[in-house]
Amino acid sequence: MGAYYNIAMYKIIDKRILADNVNEYVIEAPLAAKNAAPGQFVILRVDEQGERVPFTIADYDTEKGTVTILVQTVGATTWQLSLKQAGDCVADFVGPLGNPTDLSRYGKVLLVGGGIGGAVIHPQAKLLHSLGKAPDVVLGARTKELLLYIDEMRRYSSELFAMTDDGSYGGKGFVTDKVAELIESRVYDAVLAVGPLPMMQAVCEVTRPVGLKTIVSMNSVMVDGTGMCGCCRVTVGGERKYACVDGPEFDGHKVDFAEAGLRQGFYREQEKEHYCRIRGEVK
Amino acid sequence: MPTPRNVPPFRDAEIRKRNFEEVNLGFDEETAIKEASRCLQCKNPLCRTGCPVGVNIPAFILKIRNGDFTGARDVITADNNLPSVCGRVCPQETQCESKCVLGNKFGAVAIGALERFAGDRIIGGKDLSPAEKTGKTVAVIGSGPAGLSCAADLCKHGFSVTIFEAFHTTGGVLSYGIPEFRLPKHIVRAEIASLERLGATIVTNAVIGKSLTISELKQRFDYIFLGTGAGLPSFMNIPGEGLPGVCSANEFLTRVNLMKAMDPDSATPVQRGRNVVVVGAGNVAMDAARTAMRLGADRVTIVYRRSRAEMPARKEEIEHAEEEGIELMLLTSPVEIIGNGKVEKVRLIRTELGEPDERGRRRPVDIPGSEFEMETDEVIMALGTSPNPVLTNSCPELKTDSRGVIKVDEVGRTSVPGVFAGGDAATGSATVILAMSAGKRAAKAIIEECGGAL
Repeated sequence: MGAYYNIAMYKIIDKRILADNVNEYVIEAPLAAKNAAPGQFVILRVDEQGERVPFTIADYDTEKGTVTILVQTVGATTWQLSLKQAGDCVADFVGPLGNPTDLSRYGKVLLVGGGIGGAVIHPQAKLLHSLGKAPDVVLGARTKELLLYIDEMRRYSSELFAMTDDGSYGGKGFVTDKVAELIESRVYDAVLAVGPLPMMQAVCEVTRPVGLKTIVSMNSVMVDGTGMCGCCRVTVGGERKYACVDGPEFDGHKVDFAEAGLRQGFYREQEKEHYCRIRGEVK
Repeated sequence: MPTPRNVPPFRDAEIRKRNFEEVNLGFDEETAIKEASRCLQCKNPLCRTGCPVGVNIPAFILKIRNGDFTGARDVITADNNLPSVCGRVCPQETQCESKCVLGNKFGAVAIGALERFAGDRIIGGKDLSPAEKTGKTVAVIGSGPAGLSCAADLCKHGFSVTIFEAFHTTGGVLSYGIPEFRLPKHIVRAEIASLERLGATIVTNAVIGKSLTISELKQRFDYIFLGTGAGLPSFMNIPGEGLPGVCSANEFLTRVNLMKAMDPDSATPVQRGRNVVVVGAGNVAMDAARTAMRLGADRVTIVYRRSRAEMPARKEEIEHAEEEGIELMLLTSPVEIIGNGKVEKVRLIRTELGEPDERGRRRPVDIPGSEFEMETDEVIMALGTSPNPVLTNSCPELKTDSRGVIKVDEVGRTSVPGVFAGGDAATGSATVILAMSAGKRAAKAIIEECGGAL
């Protein structure tokens, strides 16, 4: 039997601090790496008491059997993960889940990444570049330090536009400002926008009037990630869709963002409480 | 003349409704022997015909009567690989016990309670020894009842079995679905550990159709059995179902049963509603309602559009739920969920029973003008499931019916050579024991194809 079957733990091969509270992990998970593709995600548990939390696949290496994820420390699970170093293990790591993004039918694509959303568009840019269809990329963040994967994105894009809220790098303003400017002056077949819900919604509002196809990646709350719990349901064009099996990418012009926002925040109070409790214990 | 049927003691309803300890306390040795002595040891035991896996019921009962409890377990495990599970969750009242000749007059022998009693002798019972290796390999997809029973029979016949489980924990519905107070998880773990001792290899965190495809597995295994279980939870398609505070029973139960959200140390959150509405009336609805009560609800109401007679849940589960203070609101159906940012109210309509539907159950008909509103802060939809598309989408040659259920013949063969399926994935939602019997049927067919006999 192949060696990749009997993995009891998933080892962190490499860890890089990309910014304050943002870490990149390369994790040994051959079963998740084997069939991984851009746009898909994994679910991990840090330890035996851990929650199952989805993370977008930021990169993967089928040969080495590794999957790369970007993690922003925002709550209990991500904080516990932030304490892990290269050589440590996480208890569970399953994937690839969800459907790959298929942008192959589009000629010229504009990728838009906000904050940690850069993780999602990174493998996509890499793939499009390898197909000879290097995309234009807009990367946005609050400030210069939070612009993730900027060197990689420069390599894989035909042109890279950075935007920071404070103007510390690239243009000053939001990604939507740049998107509005670009779609005015250039011709795109599709936009893939990934980032916080309000950012994705804002991009959709910019592209809607001109009818430019805009795909967004829904980062819903999940439990199993395989279509069993229904927790990640999203209303798309009036229909109920499951982000884990129907998505995670949907036509952004049809997504009910208001509902998605409510659903995403539903467990926030409980999670905060748990986060405070476990940090209290460790201190 | 036979003595009356013995009933195992139950934990007091007022106490148990606030904790997760097992409700049914099971027979002690003395009562078990007493109950076993009621069995008439029929020459042609009808009870056996009522068992989907054909357990030799009189033989194991005789062992209990003679005080050979582990021997009783061994008799059962010859046909049923999960006796302590089935003793707890099988609907015996419509299966084996419904056929018992003592039946109506004296009360059927408590076969289920005796099976559980014997099954729990897993510690000290002898492990089944695996047969000489055939050299044949089988991939079993899913570690729920169908997969486990299929794997056990194949191991017993010398097949090298690898079980692939999508979750981090094995057991399928036994782990994520059925609550601790009906089926303690240490029992499930013990049963699966005995299967591992029989030689099965278990690989968790492997989603077949994603991590590995059927065609990749076909290159490595001689046969594949698909026991992937039920799928996407159904919703009603009424306004407001997307509101926070509305969830499927699958989500609610998985958070509690699998992720241990009732434990304050668990990182997994769960909603602890004060005034909970559960929609549906099957066993899953009862489990969800009773779990909500245990999480501290003040009021739990089960809303069902038909009458008590049509409730699909086991009678015992309905009774237990009612004892625990759960209210039944029958002949009522939700039409809208209302709330500003989260669930606040549900609008309901009264129904009456009309003509029978295609399954013979009388169809509920809305009574015009009978709508009313009820306050609630959590709505749990327990309406069954539709097939999961993950596996079938990844393998287009695997034929499904119009609903997406995998098509199989009478022994479980799918449209793909060497690939079998059974359980909810191939039948739609059913019971643990029916899934187990499907797993066994497929195992038998695989063994026979390889020239063996079960």
